[in-house]
Amino acid sequence: MSVIEVNHLTKYYGKARGIIDVSFHVEEGEIFGFIGPNGAGKSTTIRLLLSLIYPTSGSGTIFGQDCIKYGPELRQEIGYLPSEVFYYERMKVIDLLKYSASFYDKDCTQRMHELAELMELELHRRIEDLSYGNRKKVGIVQGLLHQPKLLFLDEPTAGLDPLMQRKSFQLIREENQRGVTVFFSSHILGEVQRMCNRVAIIREGRIVEIADIRTLQQNNYKKVRVVANDLDTAYFDIPGVTNLERHDNAVRFFYRGDINAVMHKIGEIAVSDVTIEEPTLEEIFMHYYE
Amino acid sequence: MTMNIFQHEFKMHLRSVITWSAAVAVLIFVYVSLFSSFAQDAELLNQMMANFPEQLLTAFGLNGVDLSTVLGYFGFVFLFVQICLAIQAANYGFSLVSVEEREWTADFLLAKPVGRTQILTSKLLAALSGLTITNIVVWISSFSFINLFKGDRPYETTPLLLLLLSIVVFQLFFLGVGLVVSLLVKRIRSVTPYAMALGFGMYVLSVFGDMLGESALEKITPFKHFEPNYIIQHGAYDLPLVLISISVIVISLAGSYVLYTRRDIPGVV
Repeated sequence: MSVIEVNHLTKYYGKARGIIDVSFHVEEGEIFGFIGPNGAGKSTTIRLLLSLIYPTSGSGTIFGQDCIKYGPELRQEIGYLPSEVFYYERMKVIDLLKYSASFYDKDCTQRMHELAELMELELHRRIEDLSYGNRKKVGIVQGLLHQPKLLFLDEPTAGLDPLMQRKSFQLIREENQRGVTVFFSSHILGEVQRMCNRVAIIREGRIVEIADIRTLQQNNYKKVRVVANDLDTAYFDIPGVTNLERHDNAVRFFYRGDINAVMHKIGEIAVSDVTIEEPTLEEIFMHYYE
Repeated sequence: MTMNIFQHEFKMHLRSVITWSAAVAVLIFVYVSLFSSFAQDAELLNQMMANFPEQLLTAFGLNGVDLSTVLGYFGFVFLFVQICLAIQAANYGFSLVSVEEREWTADFLLAKPVGRTQILTSKLLAALSGLTITNIVVWISSFSFINLFKGDRPYETTPLLLLLLSIVVFQLFFLGVGLVVSLLVKRIRSVTPYAMALGFGMYVLSVFGDMLGESALEKITPFKHFEPNYIIQHGAYDLPLVLISISVIVISLAGSYVLYTRRDIPGVV
């Protein structure tokens, strides 16, 4: 069953573009990556699905139900971590979390304390005294304390130190293993690569690609590096080669096509070192943005 | 209505409610305590006032007022109370929804499993409860300070009751108008200027209406709909004007629900 289904969703803010004709679906139990640069429409998509804003046209369903019409009921099972975390400044962390918990039908006290301990949150500090990273932690606890079945994470790790980043990734994975579907929006490709099964790439409000992370990496490009004496870059200038460049004795390029063609070329010269590897998502990504 | 939002909102209002209530109580106390000295020299005072330019008297709502009577004097005091109540209610109206958007907490609240109608109802009732506390404080301080300082001068209870009963409608007017205006504009950066502008603006309109003899202006300002002198002199409300106030309240509240349920909540860009 698709947990999220988005059909031709379009949003204009007056004349300004939000997103245009966005369609995708997220399956139950997957971690779905949503990547694009700032301003591409990632937050707009999430906020539409949470009915914080209303679409210009198109629609979205969550758990098979219209996300606007059944918004309040659906949100019982949704956890949301906004990209920028803002809470009632004068409240204490514990009061905010209790307020948050009071909206849900189940008792969240135990899970709330577990999460707070895990994230090393000081419960009796006032929100206004918290650093950005600590606010983000409040956001994570607040978004997870009711054990939602669907998580919207909008740039979840921005502002967290590496240790806390790892902890929250760990947490998200554990939630996912328990069957929670995760919608993971980010502009940091490394983390999407590590976390997600499938990924949608959004650019200037439009989806440019939806693919399995592995297919995205495997089916397309190889990153080749050849080290040899007196090597001319022109030697590798064959069809399918891009980004050809040379540093000292090393020639580097991306290749897409029959790998034998490159192997053959390499075989004909005396090389001192060769590496052929998968490009990082980052490198693939740049390709979509050229 | 959901109880948790109501409680949360009420707590957020509480400090402000206490401050406003205390301020209004002190205001009533200070003015009413001066009554006996005013009343003693009433003849002199009335003579002196007769020499003032009429416009000046009108500006302070003193035209045709006998400050030597308890209610005549209290009507004059009540005008200042009305200004305070107007600013307080307008303040709550303007900030009711806009504060969440200004401090970006709307994303938190609206991502919770509650509908917007419920949110707005809970918020409105919380604000109204706060205003009612101030209202009660005005009732108590009016009665106790008047009886404390009136000396041996008598007064009629009915006009005073009518005056105090008008407060709730008066508050609802500014709450409702503030709210609907806050939903009509894209974003309110600071509530106080708006609240002051609405509160004082309505007062100034009523004064100008009096000074210029312009009766069209009195149709829109509740300072005219519930003019203390009128209520005290007639022992009754100016009913058609009161109905205007009530219509404005109904329209602004209904409009607020429509606007809020359709509103795009601005996000951080």
